[in-house]
Amino acid sequence: MSERHLYALQRMTALVMAPLVLVHLILIVYAVQGGLTAAEILERTQGSAGWALFYGLFVLSAAIHAPIGLRNVMREWTPLKGRPLDLTMLAFALLLIVLGLRAVVAVVGGGG
Amino acid sequence: MEAGLLDVRIWRGGDEGAFASYRVPARENQTVLDVVTEVQRCFEPSLAYRFSCRVGVCGSCAMTVNGAPRWTCRTHVKRVADDGALTIEPLRHLPLVKDLVSDVETFFDKWTQVGVFEGTATRAEPPAAVAPTSRERAAADAAIQCINCAVCYAACDVVGWDHDYLGPAALNRAWTLVNDVRVADRHGALERAMGEGGCHSCHSHGACMEHCPVGLSPTASIAGLKRTAFWSLLKGRAA
Repeated sequence: MSERHLYALQRMTALVMAPLVLVHLILIVYAVQGGLTAAEILERTQGSAGWALFYGLFVLSAAIHAPIGLRNVMREWTPLKGRPLDLTMLAFALLLIVLGLRAVVAVVGGGG
Repeated sequence: MEAGLLDVRIWRGGDEGAFASYRVPARENQTVLDVVTEVQRCFEPSLAYRFSCRVGVCGSCAMTVNGAPRWTCRTHVKRVADDGALTIEPLRHLPLVKDLVSDVETFFDKWTQVGVFEGTATRAEPPAAVAPTSRERAAADAAIQCINCAVCYAACDVVGWDHDYLGPAALNRAWTLVNDVRVADRHGALERAMGEGGCHSCHSHGACMEHCPVGLSPTASIAGLKRTAFWSLLKGRAA
């Protein structure tokens, strides 16, 4: 994938994540202020297609966005370059997807 | 500072060199290049430095003066001296030859790497009619007056971190080619400017724009390249 593809993907995922981050932060404040317990939160999220979609999209966007930025940092600050760097970042993206989706499943799956 | 004298420190030798100190008479309307020349003529005949036109056209006399890259022939001492003290070093990010002379080969290699002007017309044809007010010509004109002094290259932090980065001057040049309707392969110029080490490596710090002695903004040119690359991608063009 060329530099401009990566650049475009990073900008577009940033666009997607900007509102998601805001909603996520508001949600945290709301949940904490309201004194919701973990069980009460899970009660609301489990089985919810909306939250599954919201956080699923969040995880995928972050998994694309973060490795592209990290790739730039690594290229400037470490000797890692070229294909080894790209493969490392691909592995990092997959790790984010696996860990992220696992967390999404834990929040929205089960229960019922 | 002793009255009427400047405290001048000049880098001597190669990478393992050291600063040498000189007392140079302060004069009216004295430039940094005047000071270096006076040191070479009066105190240190073996001092190596580079200059040519002395009037800010050729771009060969750039050095690091009190920490910042500058064209020395147009930099007045009274504007940059710190209580009568001047520290003069070679330009950063370029291999040092000796004293104040940097090897600018990489700088010019990168400049030509983005492409040189190759038009579609021959000498036999009449000059191309290009409207000066057209959007593309205005963009090229805003970037065209570069004097290749390498001040932006020395000022850019990304050049220091990433040796493959083409740098502000070369990318600024690419932007003029991309916007010049007389250039035969404008897509090729864009393609080369957005490859690895190209425009997408820029952090938009703006140090090039801040230090450019002729007031250009390579930052704006690089932003233009990124924008053009982005929209051409969305429109499904190769470049």
